[in-house]
Amino acid sequence: MLKNRSLIAPTDFTVSEIDEIIQLANDIISRPEHYCEACKGKLLASVFYEPSTRTKFSFDSAMSRLGGSVIGFSDPKSTSAAKGETLADSAKIFSQYADIIVVRHPKEGTAKLFSNYSDCPVINAGDGGHQHPTQTLTDLLTISRYKGRLDNMTIGVCGDLKFGRTIHSLVSSMSRYDNVKFIFISPNELKMPQYIIDILNEKHIPYTETSDLEESIPKVDVLYMSRVQRERFVSEEEYLRLKDFFILTADKLSKAKEDMIVLHPLPRVTEIATDVDADPRAKYFEQAKCGMYVRMALIMKLLGIDESSL
Amino acid sequence: MINVSKLKRGIVLDHIQAGQGYKIFTQLGLDKLDDVVVLMRNVDSSKMGKKDLIKIETDDLDLNLDVLGLISPTITVNYISDGVAVERKRLILPEKVKGILKCKNPRCICQSEDVGDITFTLVDAKKKEYSCEYCESRTSL
Repeated sequence: MLKNRSLIAPTDFTVSEIDEIIQLANDIISRPEHYCEACKGKLLASVFYEPSTRTKFSFDSAMSRLGGSVIGFSDPKSTSAAKGETLADSAKIFSQYADIIVVRHPKEGTAKLFSNYSDCPVINAGDGGHQHPTQTLTDLLTISRYKGRLDNMTIGVCGDLKFGRTIHSLVSSMSRYDNVKFIFISPNELKMPQYIIDILNEKHIPYTETSDLEESIPKVDVLYMSRVQRERFVSEEEYLRLKDFFILTADKLSKAKEDMIVLHPLPRVTEIATDVDADPRAKYFEQAKCGMYVRMALIMKLLGIDESSL
Repeated sequence: MINVSKLKRGIVLDHIQAGQGYKIFTQLGLDKLDDVVVLMRNVDSSKMGKKDLIKIETDDLDLNLDVLGLISPTITVNYISDGVAVERKRLILPEKVKGILKCKNPRCICQSEDVGDITFTLVDAKKKEYSCEYCESRTSL
């Protein structure tokens, strides 16, 4: 039962609960008009303590497409936080007005703090470098739509594996499905952190670590590219040295399987050349659209909207 | 050789890893008790070589065993009544602890907001590592 639950980390929900959300998202995609008033009269508080375009728009459009309304802010300077109100009090207050809260904050663990004090469900829209569970739901919906399954596949993840929170969440989530293998493609400086490797070793899930993107491409069913983020580096020189380390081009993609898909949480910088966009295997723009649909499904589930009554 | 007489009624914390006795003494707040408390350090032990030992003469003491399990899981807790041990408890690492550990992650929300006592969950028994309920970063005592 997902009603009145909060989503703080991607593994908060069981595999079958995630399947439920994916199933609903697929139904929304196939007949969006059926759900256009599903959340009529419901209010979503969109509480963004740091800048975000994509995630905020995705949530706002998801709620609007369900017929619900959105209140909120994206500049904490204009809120009571600037007057020194605690986050615990803010969470309590927002939950008196809204039916569901979406929160993003630069500090790790803020969404959990919100859920401890809120009287309504809380969705973590990113808490620093910690978790971004709706990105993971987006990835899972996209993979299941374009591959027709979430098990029996090899997933290549490339780029900043050390700091990329979406990648950590994706790997720990996908590791719950049968016969999934991973290829971690990164420069030595940005390798997968030990705690993720520990999870895979514990579950006896096969993985390889390499720094060769080209050699890995023919082996994977899903290639998940990631951005090397400037803000994660101590020095500019280090950032500039590593950012172009792994660039996917149309030429490299020619060695990939016919039905392989390329994903990216976006925004991209230079890691996917624009000549890849026209390739039918490039699914990152569709992925963004899936993000909106999966958020629609999530909002409905957490609000306990009965699909059969629509 | 120092002799400490047998307890009539109270609690004996035995088999404390040598050197950990004072830590336990302060963590349990035994310095604040009005009861008789004896801390013995580096006592000869056939099992451990050296050990620390604490005796508390009391009628009623609600011990936080979580603290003990975390600081020194080798400890045995003996409850004494009428001069004889009536109950003995061996400790294990607690699954969850509250009010003992501190999150060391500078990016955690608990560093800038008053979140009260954080619940930590055991994630690696070998390394005695616990994860913060907020940021999930690992920490140990």
